[in-house]
Amino acid sequence: MENSFKKILSLVAVAAFALSASTVRADDTVKVGILHSLSGTMAISETSLRDVLLFTFDEINASGGVLGKMIEPVEADGASDWPTFAEKAEELLAKDEASAVFGCWTSVSRKFVLPVFEKYNGLLFYPVQYEGEEESPNIFYTAEAVGQQAIPAVDYLLEEGYTKFYLIGTDYVYPQTTNIVLFEYLLSKGIPVENIGGGIRYEGDVAVSAGNYTPFGHTDFQQIVAEIKDFAASGDACVVNTINGDANVPFFKEIAASGLTSDDCPIVSFSLSEDEFRGLPTKDLVGHLGCWTYFMSIDSPANDSFKAKFQDWLATDAPAAVAKEGRVTCSPMVLSYNGVYLWKAAVEKAGTFDTDAVIAALESGISFDGPGGTVTTQKNHHLTKSVYIGETLEDGQFEILEVMPDVYGEPWLKGTF
Amino acid sequence: MAPGWAVPDALPQSRRLIAQAYVMKFSTEMKKEMGILCLVTGLLMLIPLFNAVGPESGPLSVSAFQVSLWGKYLTYAVLAMSLNLLWGYTGLLCLCQSLFFALGGYAMGMYLMLMIGERGAYKSVLPDFMVFLGYQKLPLHWEPFYNFAFTVGAVLWVPGLLAFVFGFLAFRSRIKGVYFSILTQALTYAACLMFFRNDFTFGGNNGFTDFKDILGCNINSDATIRGLFIATTALMVCTYLITSGLLASKLGKVQQAIRDSENRVLFSGYSTTSFKLMIFVLSAMIAGAAGALYVPQVGGINPSAMEAAKSLEVVVWVAVGGRGTKWGPVIGAILVNFIKSYTTHAFPDYWLIIMGGMFVCVVLFMPDGIVGVYKQAKSYFARQRSLETTAA
Repeated sequence: MENSFKKILSLVAVAAFALSASTVRADDTVKVGILHSLSGTMAISETSLRDVLLFTFDEINASGGVLGKMIEPVEADGASDWPTFAEKAEELLAKDEASAVFGCWTSVSRKFVLPVFEKYNGLLFYPVQYEGEEESPNIFYTAEAVGQQAIPAVDYLLEEGYTKFYLIGTDYVYPQTTNIVLFEYLLSKGIPVENIGGGIRYEGDVAVSAGNYTPFGHTDFQQIVAEIKDFAASGDACVVNTINGDANVPFFKEIAASGLTSDDCPIVSFSLSEDEFRGLPTKDLVGHLGCWTYFMSIDSPANDSFKAKFQDWLATDAPAAVAKEGRVTCSPMVLSYNGVYLWKAAVEKAGTFDTDAVIAALESGISFDGPGGTVTTQKNHHLTKSVYIGETLEDGQFEILEVMPDVYGEPWLKGTF
Repeated sequence: MAPGWAVPDALPQSRRLIAQAYVMKFSTEMKKEMGILCLVTGLLMLIPLFNAVGPESGPLSVSAFQVSLWGKYLTYAVLAMSLNLLWGYTGLLCLCQSLFFALGGYAMGMYLMLMIGERGAYKSVLPDFMVFLGYQKLPLHWEPFYNFAFTVGAVLWVPGLLAFVFGFLAFRSRIKGVYFSILTQALTYAACLMFFRNDFTFGGNNGFTDFKDILGCNINSDATIRGLFIATTALMVCTYLITSGLLASKLGKVQQAIRDSENRVLFSGYSTTSFKLMIFVLSAMIAGAAGALYVPQVGGINPSAMEAAKSLEVVVWVAVGGRGTKWGPVIGAILVNFIKSYTTHAFPDYWLIIMGGMFVCVVLFMPDGIVGVYKQAKSYFARQRSLETTAA
């Protein structure tokens, strides 16, 4: 009997512990959530966004906070696990009553937290380039929509005289959507179907999928690269790459091994930024292209000051858990940074932290002069911003080739060309 | 005294007395067990009760978030119990328990996706991901999931059938021990890759999210959340009773004999294949039911739910709580997940180290899990006492 009594006691203790967790709110601070993966497969990318958010909050707090209140960041680890993202989002909104949350990287994590933000009428700033086809009233998409990354990149390649496009990506929703939109766009620009490589799948007469898809973490690109080589043999060909994460390493190795150079057939990638090059070898990527709304190499006073302040913060104020060595800045980091300042400006314009008022202020159009140029919020919860095309250098930086100023953010592009 | 356990009159007097003593012992143990079960159920019921009528704030207030969080822990507890049935009592270390869980979840998810109707982003009767991938009409195998009763059936038979086919092939070929574990892990990995594919008609990597209704009730309302919690508690109680009834029956004795020495059971004339197969299918169905209750409480499912690592996590819960004990898996699953929830928010940078440290401690100092600590302590003190008496 005593044995079972102990079991019950332990259950009761656990239950009581969970139920007694209540929060006390200070008057002179405002809680803001950070919801990124600090562990698991996405940690390598998402930890940098957490770091830059902490930096931004410190910077704002040093200059007097928001509406006279200091920002109190509340961190939660999404652990690269989507149900955990949903749980943490609910915890940040229900328990901490966070005024705004900055977070998520993958589309699936955003899809899992979206119903939570709508249920609690929360506010999420999402900083990573994505596929569009979504417009939640409770999310602001500060990142590149397809029309601010893939289409400008293709425009650039068309301008340069390329007439054959090979589409390759990882099999999930972002590459699938980007490529089907690009397929429609290329056809509208007069590129014939046979000049679009990678395979097209039809459902009846309608093309539903364009491009060649590999699973996450794919390593064997021999056959695909042979196909690309055949495709590129006639000249004027390029590759549009939406492969995600570390599968890029074997892909570019295989490309280099096959003898294809960036002069024969340039590859434009949308998932490789300066921050990824901290962990990936850049040797095989030199000369290939990237397209983002910010590059670390942008030569402007705003960017110089941002980079200097970030490095300074790393050296002096950053918490112990933040990596200090070899840090760079990249587009998702700057878009996180912009998001915080846009939120601050909206709160100040609305004069309150109330979600509905802040969303209304954001929808009315707020501008911020960020490190990548001026960004302006739109009624459809996306941003107008400048797009940059760059060429990869040996040191993992980009040499900017072209700037397209003030590109409108449009999430609903499928079927519009 | 349970009716099935009356002592037959035909026995001679001396043996009757012994048998009666056994039955008495059994029934008092049974009473005790049922008492604990009722107590646990009662305590769990306090969670939705306080949510419904409790105060808005203070230590006794329970938010809808906490109800659904504890509902999630309970589905994990049932999943751990289903694995314990296999690993703890039959000696089969199954590394695809999360696959059965996910299949049950996907079946329920299909129903929930269809119940969204035209409230999706594209205002179409088709689920959003189908519009998005260019489907003109609903695939045929989705049609029956408009029916809730069919869905509930599918939650049980889909994992059950997979377990039957896989188990039949594996057990008939006398695949045992670590080879069985490896094969089950390969099975869940293969299924995971398949579900990740966009053209497999189950939403690929994005899976199913943004549900609206279940049985006509708003899935986000507090009442629905309480209902799901109560249903999960009921499932846990049923699973406990099934496990308990099974262990007390002859079948359960054979089951445990298979765990302890399969060859002896085989040579005693039992077909171990069919016994193992039956338990495997039962366990898969319980895991499927847990998965079906998990999905509406979590708000979505994607193929990462069937990743090999997820099944390993279940093994850890069972080991932490106490393998081969009735409450061990429940305590393990709830405790590990509770600590995970707490630490990912309170110590986001260090929670993996905390969890890892805890697992190492359990392995080093509690070989029988948390439930076994009391027995360990008792035998330790008994030894100390006997040492003292010999010294004196």
